[in-house]
Amino acid sequence: MKKIYSRPQSLYDVVTHYCPGCGHGIVHKLVAQVVDELQIREKVIAVAPVGCAVLAYDYWNFDCTEAAHGRALAVATGIKRMRPETVVFTYQGDGDLAAIGTNETIHTANRGENLTTIFINNAVYGMTGGQMAPTTLLGQKTTTTPHGRKEQEGRPLKISELLAQLEGVYYVERVSLHTPQQVINAQKAIKQAFQNQIEEKGFSLVEILSPCPTYWNCSAQEAMDWIAEFMVKEFPLGRIK
Amino acid sequence: MKSNNKENCFRKVLMTGNDAIAEGALRAGCRFYAGYPITPQNELTSYMAIHMPEYQGVFIQAESELAAINMVFGASAAGFRAMTSSSSPGISLKQEGISYLAGCELPAVIVNIMRGGPGLGNIAPAQSDYFQATKGGGHGDYHSIVFAPSSVQEAYNLMFAAFYLADKFRTPVMILGDGMLGQMMEPVVLHSAPLEFSENIDKPWALTGCKDRNPNVIRSLYLKEGALEALNERLQKRYQMIEKTQQRFEEDFVNDAQVIVVSYGAMARIVKSVVKKLRQRKLKVGYIRPITLWPFPVKAFNRKKTTVKYLVVEMSYGQMVEDVCLSVPDKKKVYFLGRAGGAIPDTGQITRKIYKLLR
Repeated sequence: MKKIYSRPQSLYDVVTHYCPGCGHGIVHKLVAQVVDELQIREKVIAVAPVGCAVLAYDYWNFDCTEAAHGRALAVATGIKRMRPETVVFTYQGDGDLAAIGTNETIHTANRGENLTTIFINNAVYGMTGGQMAPTTLLGQKTTTTPHGRKEQEGRPLKISELLAQLEGVYYVERVSLHTPQQVINAQKAIKQAFQNQIEEKGFSLVEILSPCPTYWNCSAQEAMDWIAEFMVKEFPLGRIK
Repeated sequence: MKSNNKENCFRKVLMTGNDAIAEGALRAGCRFYAGYPITPQNELTSYMAIHMPEYQGVFIQAESELAAINMVFGASAAGFRAMTSSSSPGISLKQEGISYLAGCELPAVIVNIMRGGPGLGNIAPAQSDYFQATKGGGHGDYHSIVFAPSSVQEAYNLMFAAFYLADKFRTPVMILGDGMLGQMMEPVVLHSAPLEFSENIDKPWALTGCKDRNPNVIRSLYLKEGALEALNERLQKRYQMIEKTQQRFEEDFVNDAQVIVVSYGAMARIVKSVVKKLRQRKLKVGYIRPITLWPFPVKAFNRKKTTVKYLVVEMSYGQMVEDVCLSVPDKKKVYFLGRAGGAIPDTGQITRKIYKLLR
């Protein structure tokens, strides 16, 4: 019988540490699939963030490094500038990329570094137990906004739209994981972002709306529904730049 | 200053300490530099901006000290000799990054051209960052090797040792200078790497893409029970090796000395001139100048005569003096003279203090 689908070579066959219904596992697999399809496993270097996805290297079968919280794009800049022949990407959550690391994010993008960023927006800090993120929706309850986020605590930060204003940025797209069709779209966007780097087009970022049932305090299906109903209204999907 | 690109050429030129450190770094194989403006080390960053391209290296003016040290982390992880520089407040910002370098066992060179503190302080020379440099600085149980040059020539020379030892021990190395050293101009003989520091060190751990090998992972997170303790034990073993093999110091007139003055960096220049003057007056005074501050040169204090008094002179309110106390059999014999906030103990103050101790 002909084999038509299998685990990508870039993904280890291991048990997941992520919670049931978490989006990281899906995105890890999408990245691994894209790396396989583009045949770049032997020249890809990943920069893992501080957050739930710090352990990404337990799943990816290629070179990886950790970075201090928020500093992934500074680390990636150092690697890519010294090894322009490699394909370097960061994988960052909303707290890492859009709160503690906003400065690095904006300036790396503004320099037009030839890098790829996979930005997971799940509207919450996961690893530390569900605190308010820069992308938390107004009214959303977290452990640090127990009565729901108010305007004074900041409105959901649309970092992708901000970055799209910068001349150094080549490509920004927002995708989601809430239906199988959306997952297919997400894979296309991830592939595009890697392809851009291979073609030396400059800075590319894919923002992915991703479920966190554990800290949204709901079931996996309810989390997908919540993305469809609320998150995509605040964070519209599609090509931003 | 126009630099000659031939690394093997020996020339004598007039340079500031900041320029000499940069030139030494380039000749020692530094191919990545990221920095952020801060006085009194700006000449170093400018020198790198001008001359790094001659070596086909990468210069980046970073958006912050945090970004600079983490770019250095990336370049080092990729297997290249990388450096950043700053001055006291900026070095405080780099501490998180230095801790990560230590935890991930990555080599890097960090230059601190110290200025007065705490806080924004001023831009005058000081030695108030000794504790921060030698006791870790960031979080966790780690040390950086710390060199304290006292002349522009020595600052240049030490860059070869700094990059070599960083690679050899896979550890951050700090050059601890001060505003005086950074800004003063002296003649420097530009030479290539001394033989002992010219061995090329293999980096099989570097991130290059996993062609023909298993993936490399650079990390300092160890959640599995016992794993982080194992990392710490490995680091401590390395630190013990460094303590055993890398202590460096200069001393003179110590054999018959009743008072030995201990100082480092630019401060030691003033101390040396005082000691030499008093020797001409037949006074039994000597000096010890630590060149490595970590590992502290404990060996220099190993003597049979127990009546020797030590006078520690610092541009701080007493930081290295604690290491001297730990290195001598009787800490009651340790005396201190220090000024800070940009003030420098002068020859008169040091002379009077020595006379008092000789009485």
